[in-house]
Amino acid sequence: MRFAGIDIGSRSIELVILKDGSVVHSAKAATTFDPLAQCKRLMNGIEATKIVATGYGRKLFTDNGNSNNFSAITEIQAYALGAGRVWPDARTVLDIGGQDTKVISLNADGKVAKFEMNDRCAAGTGKFIEFMATALQVPIESFGGFALGADKRIHINSMCTVFAESEATSLMARGEKPENIAMGLHQAIVDRTFSMLSRVDGKAPVLFAGGVAHNPCVKSLLEEKLTGAIVVPDNPDMVGALGAALYAERKY
Amino acid sequence: MRPDSMKYFDDFRNQNVLAVEQAKKNGKKVVGTYCGYAPYELILAAGAVPVGLCGTSQNPIPAAEKILPRNLCPLIKSSFGFAITDTCPFFRHSDIVIAETTCDGKKKMFELLKEYRPMHVIHLPPGADRAGAHRSWLEEMKLFKTILEDTCSVTITSESLWETIRMMNKQRIAARSLHELNRFDPAPLTGIDMLKALLLLFFNADYEYGLNIAYQLIDEVKEMALKGISPFPGETPRVLLTGCPVSIGSEKVVTIIEESGASIVAFEMCTGYRGFSLVEEGNGSDPLEAMAERYLNIPCPCMSPNPGRPGLIGDLIKEYAVDGIIDITWQACHTFAIEDAVLQHHNQEHWGNLPFLHIETDYSTADIEQLTTRISAFIEIMRERRAYVENKQ
Repeated sequence: MRFAGIDIGSRSIELVILKDGSVVHSAKAATTFDPLAQCKRLMNGIEATKIVATGYGRKLFTDNGNSNNFSAITEIQAYALGAGRVWPDARTVLDIGGQDTKVISLNADGKVAKFEMNDRCAAGTGKFIEFMATALQVPIESFGGFALGADKRIHINSMCTVFAESEATSLMARGEKPENIAMGLHQAIVDRTFSMLSRVDGKAPVLFAGGVAHNPCVKSLLEEKLTGAIVVPDNPDMVGALGAALYAERKY
Repeated sequence: MRPDSMKYFDDFRNQNVLAVEQAKKNGKKVVGTYCGYAPYELILAAGAVPVGLCGTSQNPIPAAEKILPRNLCPLIKSSFGFAITDTCPFFRHSDIVIAETTCDGKKKMFELLKEYRPMHVIHLPPGADRAGAHRSWLEEMKLFKTILEDTCSVTITSESLWETIRMMNKQRIAARSLHELNRFDPAPLTGIDMLKALLLLFFNADYEYGLNIAYQLIDEVKEMALKGISPFPGETPRVLLTGCPVSIGSEKVVTIIEESGASIVAFEMCTGYRGFSLVEEGNGSDPLEAMAERYLNIPCPCMSPNPGRPGLIGDLIKEYAVDGIIDITWQACHTFAIEDAVLQHHNQEHWGNLPFLHIETDYSTADIEQLTTRISAFIEIMRERRAYVENKQ
């Protein structure tokens, strides 16, 4: 029997298939302007007893599917469940995604105790990094590594994507090294994330998931702040889809 | 299933405009109010018709922002916008508008609003725990009484004030009886319908009509509840909603909570429990003093300190078997935003650390999806906790 979890985020869609409790298939696609078509493409040829959707597109997905074997859970629950599988000792989950950041503190039994999300604004999310990488003309994939080449720590005060760009532009005009500006921008994200972590009393160890976990600079700055108690799983962007698939299996 | 009597509530606003127009035709004075501190007993004793003024819609906010700063609470901006665009019929018909100094934003906005309509601003003391506060508040009540007497060309006697005190007490007892029906599990009334019903009862230009419909609704809902009829399935998580006043027009969060699978069983807000307390009808006491005392004890965060609010919430949690608390703050409302920390502390120390969610939002629809995710996740937590507690029993 196969169970599917699909995480429909603002930037990408991930799919995980479980069979007898093990991951037998996983796939990823860009969300695009037609997420439903992308979901169908990912699900093409896949049979599952139950499918659970999560992420911003979860309702769109369940509204267009067979209600008997489709259901939806929030990203909060999906990430908590997924974290319980990839790192059972984790007491806090940090997910920095394409348009939002979530921090979830977990009980000893892995259930959600408290959570925080940044609403309304993409400040401090993957979108912020993408925007700033473009401003500094560095490919997004190598932006973290680029920032690690900094030789000086400078402070960027603005957290707003638009204001931060103006601040970065002023720094460039003053002749500041782009690597140092990139480092300052990464530091701004980490400071903001850290204040969200303290709001939920996030305890170590912290599981760092979501697309931004691929960024080595964010990870290394978080490690500095959290004194090392941070784990990035092998597939950080698959944790939500895995959690949804685990939920499907559990509810069958 | 929805009670049949709720049909009266859906068309309330239009009916109420007609009732106000009729009252004016009959030569009655109309007194517009903005807040739970407006002493309705005095207004009624002056033979005037009290009406609640508009301030719960996003529509007039852009017009208000031409004059007021954007970073101000939506309730203030909406109230001001309605008035200056002449889109609130109740404001238009008001012979005098009563306002209170509940916060800096409101009191400075009222200075601007004075240009549009005769207005009297009642000064609130900053706290209720000192003798001077009681004295100054009583002075304010006396001043307001004189202003009403001048506006309506009447004399308010002790007898007439006692009579309207009894009228208002009767209305508040009815409101509480209706609200208490949601102690049943699952609750027989949705939060939205509860808000509509309370609005019709408290803000009806026709006092008797509002009261009679409320009695009719109470009978019908009680019968439904005893038969176990409810719009919610069993196991629906029960939410206490506290915070800034939410009403029809600004019910965004109420709708999201109930559409996401929880039921709001208790409202600790101006449009709910904060307005249910009674004036004590003691023997030999002065009606104005008795009335003043009731208003000064309203547990509003504009008072410092405000111990009554956590006390009230603690009682409601037990009475309504609440699974979780949602605290809503309108953007830029400092008093409620800061008092959230007091409530969270009480929750950890005294209320059994229930799931607790603080929401800061405004009247716009921009954050509906984000709020839905946060509220849905909160409901998942309440469900897990409820299942866990029930398993243990």
